[in-house]
Amino acid sequence: MLVIHCPYCGPRPELEFRHCGQAHIARPLDPSAQTADEWGEYLYLRENPKGMHAERWRHMHGCGRFFNALRDTTTDFFVTTYKCGEPRPAVSGTAPAGGQR
Amino acid sequence: MSQNTCRTAAGGRIDRSRLVNFTFDGKAFTGHVGDTLASALLANGVHLVGRSFKYHRPRGLLAAGVEEPNALVAVVRDTARRTPNLRATQVELYEGLVAESQNRWPSLQFDVGAVNDLLSPLFPAGFYYKTFMWPRKAWHQVFEPVVREAAGLGKPPTEPDPDTYAQRFAHCDVLVVGAGPAGIAAALAASAKGASVLLCDEQPEFGGSLLDEPNAQVNDHPAAEWLKASLATLRGRANVTLLSRTTCFGYFAHNMLSLNERLTEHQATPMTGVPRERLWQVRAKEVVLATGAIERPLVFPGNDRPGVMLASAARTFLNRYGVKVGSRVVLVAGCDAAYLAAFELRAAGVKIERIADIRPAPGEAVHAAALSAGIAVSTGVTVLGTFGWLRVTGITLAHLADDGSVQDRETLDCDAVLMSGGYTPTVHLFSQSRGKLRFDEAQQVFVPGNSVERERSAGACCGTDGLRATLEEGSQAGTSAAEAAGKAGSAEGYHVQLLEGSMVGTPGVLPQPGNIPPSKAFVDFQNDVTSKDLALAMREGFESVEHIKRYTTNGMATDQGKTSNMNSLGFVSAEKGVALPKAGLTTFRMPYTPITFGIFAGYDRGDLFDPVRPTPTHAWAVANGAVFEDVGLWKRSRYFPRAGENMHAAVDRECLAVRNSVGLFDASTLGKIEVVGPDAATFLNRLYVNNFNTLAEGKCRYGILTREDGFVYDDGVIARLAEDRFHVTTTTGGAPRVLHMMEDYLQTEWPDLQVWLTSTTEQWSVIAVQGPKAREVIAPLVNGLDVSNAALPHMSMVRGMLGDIPMLLMRVSFTGELGYEINVPAGHGQRAWEMVWAAGLAYGMTPYGTETMHVLRAEKGYVIVGQETDGTVTPDDAGLGWAVAKSKPDFVGKRSLARPALVAKGRKQLVGLLTAEPKTVLEEGAQIAAVPEQPVPMKLIGHVTSSYHSAVLGRSIALALVADGRALMGQTVYIPMPGGAIAAQVVAPVFYDTEGAKLHV
Amino acid sequence: MQKFSAWSLLKEAFGGQQGWQPQWRRAAPKAEYDAIIVGGGGHGLGAAYYLAAEHGLTNIAVVEKGWIGGGNTGRNTTIIRSNYLFNESAQLYDHSVKLWETLSQVLNYNVMFSPRGVMMLAHTVHDVQVFKRHIHANRANGVDNEWLTPEEAKAFCPPLNIGDDIRYPVMGAALQRRGGTARHDAVAWGYARAADALGVDIIENCEVTGIRRDANGAVEGIETTRGAIRTRKVGVSAAGHSSVVLGMAGVKLPLESFPLQALVSEPVKPAFPCVVMSNSIHAYISQSDKGELVIGASSDSYNSYTQRGSLHINAHTLAAICELFPAFRRMRMLRNWGGIVDVTPDRSPIIAKTPVKGLYVNCGWGTGGFKATPGSAHVFAHTIAHDEPHAINAPFTIERFRDGLLIDEAAAAAVAH
Repeated sequence: MLVIHCPYCGPRPELEFRHCGQAHIARPLDPSAQTADEWGEYLYLRENPKGMHAERWRHMHGCGRFFNALRDTTTDFFVTTYKCGEPRPAVSGTAPAGGQR
Repeated sequence: MSQNTCRTAAGGRIDRSRLVNFTFDGKAFTGHVGDTLASALLANGVHLVGRSFKYHRPRGLLAAGVEEPNALVAVVRDTARRTPNLRATQVELYEGLVAESQNRWPSLQFDVGAVNDLLSPLFPAGFYYKTFMWPRKAWHQVFEPVVREAAGLGKPPTEPDPDTYAQRFAHCDVLVVGAGPAGIAAALAASAKGASVLLCDEQPEFGGSLLDEPNAQVNDHPAAEWLKASLATLRGRANVTLLSRTTCFGYFAHNMLSLNERLTEHQATPMTGVPRERLWQVRAKEVVLATGAIERPLVFPGNDRPGVMLASAARTFLNRYGVKVGSRVVLVAGCDAAYLAAFELRAAGVKIERIADIRPAPGEAVHAAALSAGIAVSTGVTVLGTFGWLRVTGITLAHLADDGSVQDRETLDCDAVLMSGGYTPTVHLFSQSRGKLRFDEAQQVFVPGNSVERERSAGACCGTDGLRATLEEGSQAGTSAAEAAGKAGSAEGYHVQLLEGSMVGTPGVLPQPGNIPPSKAFVDFQNDVTSKDLALAMREGFESVEHIKRYTTNGMATDQGKTSNMNSLGFVSAEKGVALPKAGLTTFRMPYTPITFGIFAGYDRGDLFDPVRPTPTHAWAVANGAVFEDVGLWKRSRYFPRAGENMHAAVDRECLAVRNSVGLFDASTLGKIEVVGPDAATFLNRLYVNNFNTLAEGKCRYGILTREDGFVYDDGVIARLAEDRFHVTTTTGGAPRVLHMMEDYLQTEWPDLQVWLTSTTEQWSVIAVQGPKAREVIAPLVNGLDVSNAALPHMSMVRGMLGDIPMLLMRVSFTGELGYEINVPAGHGQRAWEMVWAAGLAYGMTPYGTETMHVLRAEKGYVIVGQETDGTVTPDDAGLGWAVAKSKPDFVGKRSLARPALVAKGRKQLVGLLTAEPKTVLEEGAQIAAVPEQPVPMKLIGHVTSSYHSAVLGRSIALALVADGRALMGQTVYIPMPGGAIAAQVVAPVFYDTEGAKLHV
Repeated sequence: MQKFSAWSLLKEAFGGQQGWQPQWRRAAPKAEYDAIIVGGGGHGLGAAYYLAAEHGLTNIAVVEKGWIGGGNTGRNTTIIRSNYLFNESAQLYDHSVKLWETLSQVLNYNVMFSPRGVMMLAHTVHDVQVFKRHIHANRANGVDNEWLTPEEAKAFCPPLNIGDDIRYPVMGAALQRRGGTARHDAVAWGYARAADALGVDIIENCEVTGIRRDANGAVEGIETTRGAIRTRKVGVSAAGHSSVVLGMAGVKLPLESFPLQALVSEPVKPAFPCVVMSNSIHAYISQSDKGELVIGASSDSYNSYTQRGSLHINAHTLAAICELFPAFRRMRMLRNWGGIVDVTPDRSPIIAKTPVKGLYVNCGWGTGGFKATPGSAHVFAHTIAHDEPHAINAPFTIERFRDGLLIDEAAAAAVAH
């Protein structure tokens, strides 16, 4: 069970959260103008990286807020979590041993 | 009654004043309080304790602890409390204990299965992959049952386990795993300045290897005194938790570790009200692993005879339990530490026939000590074999010359052979933590390398040799852990007096003359894997250690390779001619030792398996005989049978009551979300397919929600309470996911909208009053509120009072009849229900359940999301295209609804079906074809989604999804059933009151 | 290929087991192949075998980054069944079951296919409706699947608790008698041995690091940790790592990789005669021929390549097992492990050409790929050999997502596989 640092509430056990998939996929402002390929990509295509992953979580059984996280999918350690709307932090390499402090 | 003939006169940590009676395979024995089953059997001279898995060879105790591969027994308290596969070395003796050996027939002494040992050339590793293939069905029908019956170890329990299991979460600054010298020193240092420390050990008594060291002095005191004082110190600290009989078996991400505490298994009469075992899930800021090391057997022919055991085991049996494992002992030593067994046994009066050291040059200190004690020592020897069947009677030693020839062959008589190949650090938990192991060339073992989690190892588990170094390393580890956790530690120095020997040996197989050992040399005792099996696997091209493991099953027994993995690796690397770490290492997996299923379930059983959500009127429904169904976590009344009624009769009666008079239904499980804010209408407009701008205050509208993929996700009635306030209802199962979806869009896509969402499902109790008499029932209860058709028409709502209870009254109908849904605060739900019930009695009011609700709505063609839809159905498919506000520039799902496949011809559309034979009720889920008789595979055009007997129509009705169904009105389709196809006519999906007049009365 | 039989065992018994040959060669990569399969699991090895056996392509290689069968092939709970709802799925999986039925004989390797019956439990009215829909659809498709009352289910699986003392009592079950289990490692080894005998190079410890493309964008080779290899056809069968490998050619997939766990108990004498699945409460159980109860858990919620999951996921599954089989509460977990499952939005696989010429993919099997091993390998080989899908895998394209032609077993069943 992971420990996840909610940007609003602090560290909490994973059971309080819900994983919500890849982060930074904005809904097109005018979906009807999207080509089939563009719309298909928005709906379904995902990075699924082996390594640093920007992903969404929701503190479902806490503050209820959505937020983003950078997590290394090869270790499951978080580098950081950040609020929706904030840009993806620039992080290179892998998550530190022991994870986010 | 047997005598403890092999017990020393004094010593050990058992309570000699207290006798304990027990039976093994029906035979009565005695032991002492403090014994294990293993030590008590040995005290009675019993070495034969089991039969091996494949060859049914007689087996004795190899070890004294967790690593024991042979002595697996079943302990039977009663018919329901039978626990197979327990290690006799870990079964604490209690008065009346009943133990049975396993995997033998008819008896342990004479086991017919031992014929396998003679036939073993036919059963090399992996033999089952090469045969049993003809004829084709013979594997499953003939051979597999034989193989299955022969495999397996103990007999499984067959009755429900009456015991209870508990679970607990804990947090601490420092978790110390293992209460040997390193762990205790770590706990002392870590807890000295206030850090919270949890110290656990799998054994009943703390002390680890110190319990086997009667001659050690720590800080000028006998080790036993130091241990006692240290434990007293720890017990005296409020910030320390001590858990004995507690195995740390798992190391998970983010420093979550799992512990198994055994509470009653050692008790003759388990305390009532106490769980048998408990699962601890510990989140530690820092971890100290002080898990010790396990001695390796030596691999030589006949190394598995009863009486052949690890040197460390002999020491444990002697020093802890006062048991001599033999009277004439040969020690085959592969490391210096093993010599202590010979010294201590000799001091206890056991004759040491020989120390046969496989190394040319033993350590000087132990060698000298042996010689001065008058023990004969041979060096550079190998073991060619052993004698004996149910107990070892002799051993053949020899030197191998460089050319492989045998020299100095000699056979010694003995009744026990002790062996030691050196020690393997117990790195299981470190490896589980995903730390990288490092191969220590000097010691020829894997030790912890770089940590990944916040942990450090100390003592023998990182290859540290010697008591002083172990204590000091533990102390330093405790200190650094406390400091890393933000507290202070207190490292101490130690001084120690003790004759010690190094634990370093060489993993692998003892050299033998020629290629083929004369008899079996076991690497994995429990799975009967020999060095020949490993060689065979390599000959057949299995080179990866993972392949060798899987092909031979080496290391896959219930001990998970604790004594076999390193020897296997040593053999493989030698055969391949590569350095040992190049041979690879199999993965260490959770759990460290086998763990009872029950602790993972804990109290999650029966009604606690999942929470039960009763509605506010649940007690009333129970009292009135409701049959319930599970819908998600909810318990919903399915129907209310009267005496002698089956479901069909009850549902017919309930349906007619609603159609002809009035019925009462608890709709409280519907999800309810209050959507509030200046942008509430805009928000719902963007989300739902409908248009909500045009919904006036006090009005209700049926809403449909699709996801971005365009398929129906949920539906429900949405009422506009005020300009900026909507009461949104969802399906029973959909409430959480709809709210989650709303929050997602609100927070992440449209954060500019001023909208607030609140789940109100639990706040409202919803009482549906449905039927032509509904108004007459409620009118007297609403304090003069005008509920006439003119004042409160269909799909409108009003606030008011039901008696003294505030209510939100909605004029809605899921039955096609005049209907009201009375929403009252949940705390008043049952009282409100009873108020309406009392008022309805005069009208023959009938409570009805979900089954009747389903029939009534199907008669009207109202869909149920999840029944008429299945995640592949668009609003138009479901006949709900009318609800889609096509003029809106966008809503969630709109773009997808324009995708080619979603507008193509041939989509399945909702229709009604009337069977040609009116009494025939189609089966829900039945498939639909255009032509009656077809060969398989048939061409199918749809399926029946709902099907009922309609009491009011006196015939069956069905809803179905049929390809281009709306173009097939009036045509006949066929429902192929095992007994032949059933003909049905495609009709519009409304069967009753097609013009909807009854809704508007 | 050395013939395996009772006679060969007898002969070797007298020969000190010295005459056994390597089951497959330790091949080193050649400079060029006609086709390369990336991924040495059952699906990849099987595809290589069928390419060689049925399509005459023998100058081919399977490259595997670790040891063959070390991914999900060797980590799953070996459930085999074909009672899927949609025609497309039923045909694919039943094609596979038919191949399973003769696989030991075809490969001369006992894969221990054991059609002991797969029983899926219904716990709610909704489950009953869904299962009956499956049964009717299966019957029309020629796939066996039958409805059992709770009493019949208990007769088929005596340890099952059909009382109402559990939270979600058993309301019935769907039984596919032709379903069952097989020995997972043997599938990888059997295909490897048979493919090797036809000339296929099986190259272990060889990780793909790049996909080379020519000026027109077509595949012209791969780069590996053991050097570059030329080829015009690359079939990727890399399960959880499919996104990573396809990404090397710039192809993005509708996939996400999740941890999935399984566990076994200590071995005991026969106690469990069939396979039981409960999708509603997440319990999947059978007993291996060795005697271990083999139990599948559900997946964790987040993407991960760590091959491990959380304890609470196992705990929930074991709670469900203890509910359904209360005698097993005293059994003990021996070994737990994790795999990486690649999941598509509609929970159906992709077996298809990609937008890159010469690049093919077989992925997205989620939690249910083992059962499909022979069938999927068979049609994937056809797709690679002909540069066109087999009729059976034609619907399982990447483009179906864009076009909305989903094969949504999960949504239709409202359950996971």
